[in-house]
Amino acid sequence: MSKKKSIFQLLTEKPWEQDQIEADNDHQGQTVNLSKQKLGLRTLMAASTVLFSLFIVAYSDRMLVHDWRNMPEPWLLWFNTGILVISSLVFHQTVKYAKNDLFDKTKNGLYFIGFLAYSFLIGQLIVWYQLMNTGFYATSNVANAFFYLFTTIHGLHIIGGIYFWGKTTSKFIKRSLKKEEINNLIDICAVYWHFLLAVWLVLFGLMLSS
Amino acid sequence: MSDEFEHKLEAKSDYAGDASSVSTPDIDAVPDAELPDQELYHSHSWWTTYVFSQDAKYIGIQYALTAIGTGLLGLVLSWLMRIQLAWPGLGWLEPSSYYQFVTMHGMIMVVYLLTALFLGGFGNLLIPLMCGARDMAFPYVNMLSYWAFVVAVVVLLASFFVPGGPTGAGWTLYPPQAITAGTPGYNGGIILMLISLILFVAGFTMGGLNYIITVLQLRARGMTLMRLPLTIWGIFTATVLAMFAFPALLVGCLMMTLDSLLGTSFFMPAMVSLGETLTHEGGSPILFQHLFWFFGHPEVYIVALPAFGIVSDLLSVHSRKTIFGYRMMVWAIVGIGALSFFVWAHHMYVSGMNPWFGFFFATTTLIIAVPTAIKVYNWILTLWRGNIVLSLPMLFSLGFIVTFLNGGLTGLFLGNVTVDVPLSDTYFVVAHFHMVMGIAPILVVFGAIYHWYPLVTGRMMNETLGKVHFWITFIGSYAIYFPMHYQGFVGVPRRYFEIYDSPYIDVSTLLLNKFITIAVLIVGAAQLLFLYNLFASARLGKKAEKNPWKANSLEWQTPQMPPEHGNWGKELPKVYRWPYDFSVPGAKEDYIPQTQPPSEIIGAKVEKT
Repeated sequence: MSKKKSIFQLLTEKPWEQDQIEADNDHQGQTVNLSKQKLGLRTLMAASTVLFSLFIVAYSDRMLVHDWRNMPEPWLLWFNTGILVISSLVFHQTVKYAKNDLFDKTKNGLYFIGFLAYSFLIGQLIVWYQLMNTGFYATSNVANAFFYLFTTIHGLHIIGGIYFWGKTTSKFIKRSLKKEEINNLIDICAVYWHFLLAVWLVLFGLMLSS
Repeated sequence: MSDEFEHKLEAKSDYAGDASSVSTPDIDAVPDAELPDQELYHSHSWWTTYVFSQDAKYIGIQYALTAIGTGLLGLVLSWLMRIQLAWPGLGWLEPSSYYQFVTMHGMIMVVYLLTALFLGGFGNLLIPLMCGARDMAFPYVNMLSYWAFVVAVVVLLASFFVPGGPTGAGWTLYPPQAITAGTPGYNGGIILMLISLILFVAGFTMGGLNYIITVLQLRARGMTLMRLPLTIWGIFTATVLAMFAFPALLVGCLMMTLDSLLGTSFFMPAMVSLGETLTHEGGSPILFQHLFWFFGHPEVYIVALPAFGIVSDLLSVHSRKTIFGYRMMVWAIVGIGALSFFVWAHHMYVSGMNPWFGFFFATTTLIIAVPTAIKVYNWILTLWRGNIVLSLPMLFSLGFIVTFLNGGLTGLFLGNVTVDVPLSDTYFVVAHFHMVMGIAPILVVFGAIYHWYPLVTGRMMNETLGKVHFWITFIGSYAIYFPMHYQGFVGVPRRYFEIYDSPYIDVSTLLLNKFITIAVLIVGAAQLLFLYNLFASARLGKKAEKNPWKANSLEWQTPQMPPEHGNWGKELPKVYRWPYDFSVPGAKEDYIPQTQPPSEIIGAKVEKT
């Protein structure tokens, strides 16, 4: 594998020079030493970060208009945040179990993570229900509308995560993949889980602080 | 370590020795593959081979045909609009239909034709072949991407059949008018348009993921990034731009959909419509403009960068010359891509923003002219003393350079705030963007289709028909857009379905309108010639020999032409050079394919650029 190069080193190579030709002939065809799934996830996370950043920009811009009325923060949101934190921690541990070949512990960890993810979604729906019952509709103020929008988009990301969690878990239980491959997939799901926790903390912090 | 060093010395001494010395196979040596070969999906039925295909080549063709089909509708819409403009007395179109056609024409051409064709069509066809991969990184996701695009197109076209028709808000879809009574399709068509765009973005993200990962991770051995053809650099950079720009469109579309369906006030200010106070309050239409153009400007380069890349390769192959300043070309592509995120508000000079804001965006806009000019100079220097073959791809590429230069120069006018203010919303703007991102990329599309047609079908397209097509299209588009510059200076506003008897409108303007319309009809009809050529040549065309243009890049070096499933037969290709070794002194042929090992061309010395 070729040694790591910065993008500037890469872009200043002279592919027609003899020394470079010899070095290039040894190239294996991969730019970074990552599995394609891992790099794919990073690409998606980058695009997703842009998406959420733009939502935040829109939120901050819209907040300055005089008709903005802050929304109450139900205590259940704190509880849901806690669920996300715990599921991230559990995932962190599960990755370690998987690396050490502890089949049963990994399996239980994965099940528990799925349970937590569904609980989080149900928790968010209950928050919606409570807010609507107390008259905080999307139409009554734009702050509420942003809350519903943020939770929906974040929830959709979680649902996407659950889909891949399901595929990974079933592959893990059937033992249909090689050890490195399945560990790679579990690792990817864990990274995504941490990412969604970070996104939620930023969104929640933004809504708390405004 | 020491082995490697000795091997290097040996190879060097071989090169230093005279050409007649017996070559040692050592200099061809490449290390064994460390990465496993890609697992391929093999289809089992007609449906999974031709309809829900997971082979990038088929997906590319599917993308291209769908995009061209949709683009034809855009072409017909432009005919209808032009007839209205030339002979308003006929009462040919209702004002509302005129606006609907303007909107649909714009959106179809920019997003559903050009973006889908360059990235979905050429990207899928060329990325795996030019990088030396068997297929895309995630073929299943790639298939989903195409079908999401199909659904997006169907939803878009469905808006013609809902009550109220498609939206007539202009392709920029500015709120509040886009979703307020009085604009055609304000409660039906616009929703379908927004949903269609959301689907398009979702579909594109899946495709873009494939393009990025395939280019970065699945190249052939020896294929470093700086040995990639510029086509791939263009498509790759455009894809990265799209991954960052499309989220802005998504945010805008989602929030406007909610404003329209639920009655939220993200973009909708408090307003009185038809005598009634609406329930909206406090929303910011300018926010939508910022979001839209944060997508909209990079979108220009999402279309332009693949065109830049493709045209560089066409010029190099058809003038038998190394591309001039390869590294500079790559840097220009990357630089334009990065800069394109800092210029969006030059579309909003008349939105009432702070003058310093306009100053900043005028400056960045003019800075972007530097890498663009570098590219134009390099294309011309590539042609300099080249063995120029006036084949169809070359003709279209030459047409592109002139047209792009023309459109780029008017862009310098419009990039300056003081010049833009009087010209904005006139036909000068229409002429500018059609030249620079309509005609110029379309000429490259045609050149590219004539160039890569043998790769897809194994046959050549008809040369005579192609030349007729070129000259009508090229001269015709100047007949259409040159007069529009003049109209813009006179002050003819865009988006008006009739100019009536305004005192400042001369009779010459009205005559020009008729002239332009006739040119539009002729140029449009010439495209039928192209379509006939495209479909008929698949059966009747002359059989193409292998590598008919004598090109170096990998897509022509497959064991079969057209390439089969998996592209490369048993052995993946090994790459020994960049794709621009044309007319190398001392070589037997005037081209050295990327797969040709050094031992076969001893004595050929590559010139430095």
